[in-house]
Amino acid sequence: MPSLGADMEAGTLLEWRVAPGDSVHRGDIVALVDTDKAEIEVEIFCDGVIEALLVEPGRKVPVGTPLARLREPAAEAAQPAAPRAPAATPPAPPAQPIPETPRSAPPAPPPPTLRAPTPRAPTSPPASTRAGLRASPLARRIAAELGVDLTTVIGSGEGGAISREDVERAAAARAPAPSVTPAPAIAPAPPGAADRSAGMRRAIAAAMSRSKREIPHYYLATRVDLTAALRWLGAENARRPVTERLLSAALLLRAVAIALRETPELNGHWIDGAFRPSEAVHIGVAIALRQGGLIAPALHDADRKPLPRLMAELRDLVARARAGSLRSSELSDATITLTNLGDLGVEMVFGVIHPPQVAIVGFGRVREEPWAAEGMLDVRPVVGLTLAADHRVSDGHRGARFLTAIDRQLQSPETL
Amino acid sequence: MTHDEARRVIERVLARIAPEADLGGLDPRADLRETLDLDSMDFLNFVVGVHADTGLDVPESDYPKLATLAGCIAYLTAGERSPGGARERA
Repeated sequence: MPSLGADMEAGTLLEWRVAPGDSVHRGDIVALVDTDKAEIEVEIFCDGVIEALLVEPGRKVPVGTPLARLREPAAEAAQPAAPRAPAATPPAPPAQPIPETPRSAPPAPPPPTLRAPTPRAPTSPPASTRAGLRASPLARRIAAELGVDLTTVIGSGEGGAISREDVERAAAARAPAPSVTPAPAIAPAPPGAADRSAGMRRAIAAAMSRSKREIPHYYLATRVDLTAALRWLGAENARRPVTERLLSAALLLRAVAIALRETPELNGHWIDGAFRPSEAVHIGVAIALRQGGLIAPALHDADRKPLPRLMAELRDLVARARAGSLRSSELSDATITLTNLGDLGVEMVFGVIHPPQVAIVGFGRVREEPWAAEGMLDVRPVVGLTLAADHRVSDGHRGARFLTAIDRQLQSPETL
Repeated sequence: MTHDEARRVIERVLARIAPEADLGGLDPRADLRETLDLDSMDFLNFVVGVHADTGLDVPESDYPKLATLAGCIAYLTAGERSPGGARERA
C-alpha cells in the first residue's frame, strides 16, 4: 500500500486492474485504492509479471503492506530501461513486493513515507534499545496511535533515542513478508460520501497539525504588476481556439517553476532532520473539490514543459482530481505546493506547508490598483504573491529572492 | 437557436461541470460563477463545453456577457455578441 501523502496511514484496495500472470510495465495502472481523500489509481514502477495478489478488494491495510508479488525478469532487473524480456526467462529471480518508489527516479530522494519499508523490518532491535528505551513524548504518542510497540523500534537518535520518524518507519515496516497470507482487514468496504468528507477533514487536520507542530514557518508577501503578463496572455488567447486557451493560473505556475531553479532550497523535502533538495520541479497544485476539501496532486517537471503543455496538463489534473481519478505518483512526490485563491476574491493567502515539503507559494486575486512607477501614478492589474517557507532550510533573504525571481519572470511572459 | 434550446445547452454544459447544482432553480440574473462556485478553470470548461455543443467560439472579450444564465441565453440566441466576436462552426 503506497503512501499517498504525509497524512495517509492506511488505504482500502477497491479493485485490481491486473491478474496473476499479467505482464506489467512501468507506469501501468495496476490497482484502484481508496484513501481518506480520494480514489487513486496505483501505478507500478518497474516492468515484470504479476505473480500473486496479496490483498483482496474491499480490505483496508496499513501503508507499507505489500499488495502483490511481482516477478522481474533477470534482464530487466539488471537493466530497467531495456526492452522487456520474455516472461519465462530462466532463471527467475525471487519474487518481490511491488516497490513503492516514486516515478521517473528523480535525483532527490522521495518523502520518508514513500521509502520501501523492508530494510528494517526483519532486523531485531539492539538489546540496548529494548533495555533502556528512550523515546520522545511525540514518538510515544504516535506509537500509541499507530499501535506500534516501542520495544520493537530501532531509534536513530543519539543513544538510540526513538523519534517520530522511527515510529512511522516501524509502522510501515511491520507489513507482512511477501510470502505470508494477505493482510487482515482493518475495516471493510470503502467509505461513503459522508465518511469521505469526514476522512478528508481528518487527513487535512493530521497533515496540517503536523506541519504547524514541526515546521517553523516564515512568511513573505509582495505585489506583482501583471500588466505585461495579462497583455501577452490576452493577445495569445485571441489567436487561440477556445480549446487551447491559456489561463493566468498556468502562467503563474510556470513562473514559479522557473524561479525555483534559482532558489533550490525551497524545492525538496525535509527528511530525517535534513533537507534533501530536488532537481526535479514537481509542483503540487492545491485543487478545491466540489464536495468540499482539497487535494494537491503534483504537476510533474513543471520547469521543463512549455506553457501550452503545462496548461493542458493543469486542465487534465484539475478534471481528474474532481472526477476522482488521480494517480499514485501524482500524490506522492510534489516538491513544493502552489495555492491560488484568486478566484475567491482574497487578496493574499498565507499557506501551511505540506510536509515533508519546505515551502508553499500563494497567489491572490488580480485587481486593479494604483501603481507608482518612475514618478508616475498609473492603474495596473496587480496580484498578491506570498511565500510560506521552512526556516530550518531557508531564510527570509532567500525567500525574498525567490519572490523577486517570480516577479521578474512575469515581466517577460513571452519567455515563459 | 431559440431561448429554450439555449437554456438546455447551458444547463447541459453546466451539469457536467457542477453536477451537484440545482440548475432548475437557478436565478437567471444571478452571477453564475458565484452561485455555482465556478473557478476560472470551470469557466474555461464551460466555454469549451458551449463550443463543443454549439460550435460557438466565444472570445475572451465576450466572457463578461456570460456572467449570468440570462446573459448566456441572450448570447447564444445571437442577440448579445460582439461584432466579429463569436465564430460559429461552419
